[in-house]
Amino acid sequence: MSLVNCPDCQRLYKELDEYIDSVKGNTGVLINVLHKAQEIFGYLSEELQQHVSEKLDIPLSQVYGVVTFYNFFSMKPKGKNQIKVCLGTACYVKGADKILERLRDELNVEMNEPTSDGLFSIHAVRCLGACSMAPVVLIGEDDYYGRVSPDEVSKILDKYRRAE
Amino acid sequence: MMSKPITVLVSIDSNSLLLGARHFKNYLNTLVENYNLSSMVEILETGSFGDYGRGVLFLVLPDDVMYSAKSEADIEKIVLEHFLKGRIVKDLVIAEFDSGGSVEASESSNEERIVLRNAGSIDPRNLEEYIALDGYQGLAKALRMTPEGVIEELKKSSLRGRGGAGFPTGLKWEFTQKVRSDEKFVICNADEGEPGTFKDRLIMEGDPHSVIEGMVIAGYAVGASKGYIYIRGEYFESVASLRGAISKAYEYGLLGQSVLGTEFSFDLSVRLGAGAYVCGEETALIESIEGKSGRPRLKPPYPPVSGLYDKPTVVNNVETFACVPPIIDKGAGWFRSMGTQSSPGTKVFSLCGDLVKRGIVEVPMGTSVRDLVHKFGGGIPNGRTLKMVQTGGAAGTFIKPEEMDAELDFDSFKKSGASLGSGVILAIDETHCAVDIAKNLMEFFAHESCGKCSPCREGTRVIVHILNEFSKGRGTVEMFNQLYDISDTMEESSFCGLGQSVPIPLRSILDRFENEFLSHVNSPVCPVGVCKFDKPEKKKR
Ligand SMILES: Cc1cc2nc3c(=O)[nH]c(=O)nc-3n(C[C@H](O)[C@H](O)[C@H](O)COP(=O)(O)O)c2cc1C
Ligand code: SF4
Ligand code: FES
Ligand code: FES
Repeated sequence: MSLVNCPDCQRLYKELDEYIDSVKGNTGVLINVLHKAQEIFGYLSEELQQHVSEKLDIPLSQVYGVVTFYNFFSMKPKGKNQIKVCLGTACYVKGADKILERLRDELNVEMNEPTSDGLFSIHAVRCLGACSMAPVVLIGEDDYYGRVSPDEVSKILDKYRRAE
Repeated sequence: MMSKPITVLVSIDSNSLLLGARHFKNYLNTLVENYNLSSMVEILETGSFGDYGRGVLFLVLPDDVMYSAKSEADIEKIVLEHFLKGRIVKDLVIAEFDSGGSVEASESSNEERIVLRNAGSIDPRNLEEYIALDGYQGLAKALRMTPEGVIEELKKSSLRGRGGAGFPTGLKWEFTQKVRSDEKFVICNADEGEPGTFKDRLIMEGDPHSVIEGMVIAGYAVGASKGYIYIRGEYFESVASLRGAISKAYEYGLLGQSVLGTEFSFDLSVRLGAGAYVCGEETALIESIEGKSGRPRLKPPYPPVSGLYDKPTVVNNVETFACVPPIIDKGAGWFRSMGTQSSPGTKVFSLCGDLVKRGIVEVPMGTSVRDLVHKFGGGIPNGRTLKMVQTGGAAGTFIKPEEMDAELDFDSFKKSGASLGSGVILAIDETHCAVDIAKNLMEFFAHESCGKCSPCREGTRVIVHILNEFSKGRGTVEMFNQLYDISDTMEESSFCGLGQSVPIPLRSILDRFENEFLSHVNSPVCPVGVCKFDKPEKKKR
């Protein structure tokens, strides 16, 4: 995905640059910038990291170090709907591993890899801060599913399939 | 007022807040406006309806239809079908209630609410509502006192940090205040990542101004003019809630130049965490705010002397800050009238696991595990027997049912071996295997070890390996003893609190379930029937 043959990318890079310019003078903004970049592009490619490094005048090695340190950042594309399954203790006690298993069977994918239609990817995460609703699955940013049972999994997925 | 043909009541309580009730309500509002239904549909918030498991509840009147929405798409369906076409969306309708799903639905007579005084009862987007309930009174009073006077009051209250360690807050502020520096900072630790803990999220989404007010008071007391709230990046709603509240506070002159018309100025902004548990450790958090990888620093110097950008810095937990305004407003004596001698006030507990009622309660310090499990948590569901309770969070202790008289406060670990930590009560029933529970927890620590020091990096790896062997029926007595040796090494020589505290849960579960661990040795099957011996396992993380 190079800049020249991707008109969409130019628009996205412009959006990112506007954000960078708005925070540039401040100290310690790298992580916020990476959050923004991932929000815009979905993941942080090497090229994108290079770009951030140049714009912020921070060595690429440092950018790379930060990206790999934090779980939240991803260097690989993810599915359109990211399915986060909490494996925190409270969810584990309530059978989160069975939800995860069912999801992987239904979607037939490896962890953290997008499905062949690009619609989903599955991620194991630590506590999502909704433990009273365990086991908890979060799809996208806002759709929390609480007290999920394995048999509900396909119904939940269908909702996103239908939305296409 | 009641002239609109349709009224929608949205149930707002701790569990539905966690499911995004606030976001869904706003989305409903937007849709109603977009479809020009504003004159038709009235949207009101209400307390708990009682049924939780199924999503956020919306009661549509006068049709008397109860919907449970789990996604934006569900809300859209309700608007398009029900409001526009008058057709009931059958698959979202809830027929029956089990009104035993939450803590709030019960009469929690012994609850004492300080921190959660407003959560769930006010609209957190609305600063006027907060002010109407004595909001920013504490700040106004603090600004009429001297900074030393504010600190004195806090010291008298004996408020101790709610983030887990229980350090006296007044003392921390005094240290910071006494260091001379051109610049100081106040940081709110909202990186809540302890599995089983969800209280900070509830405070931030239910009552964000209480946190802001506490931070401004801290700024005034220690002489800082800039503050940061460091929130987990995954807490999207909390981020939105606090950002909204901050900009409102600026509008009303509660932040920015000359706060409330005084000479004191204070700026506040939000910084996002990015999913590393160790960033909850205060020096790692400071590194992260500086834009670096969040690996802990060597202590001392402690943050009050040298913190963010090497300047004196106060770091406190969300719940700690939320305690401050009422202490200043109502006085240290009032605060000390609750809780125990060494740990006054209240504590917010997150009740989870195998409990009938799961959710958040705020009770006086010193409440017993038994009361939390039975009185507030409603006991164990499905007629099962309790096997153990983990108190205090990931780094907390496992105790057996016969130890439940332990009264939790900051000294209870020393007294009775049950830690208060971040206020988690995780009930685990007889269907679970101690080895399996220990394994899940240790995988968490292995995954979150930042890798800076070898006792923790290697120690957690070996622990997981050993527990794995046990769960496959390949454990040995030597391995069991080795777990204790690793614990000793990690406790003594890990660089930060993460590695140092791993032995606390590990030893406590080994001590109490020694028989169960050893019954896995040379055994053809797992005695509890959880572990699948010799079946290759799927990769988890
Ligand atoms: C590994 C680790 C994780 C921590 N996570 C948190 C956290 O998520 N929230 C928190 O307030 N404190 C956390 N702490 C404690 C902080 O280092 C610090 O003690 C606390 O923020 C001080 O605030 P308090 O005095 O108000 O409790 C953690 C400590 C360690 C060692
Ligand atoms: S104890 Fe663990 S988390 Fe702490 S510095 Fe060492 S490796 Fe990192
Ligand atoms: S442990 Fe899963 S949401 Fe907290
Ligand atoms: S490995 Fe333990 S009872 Fe299972």
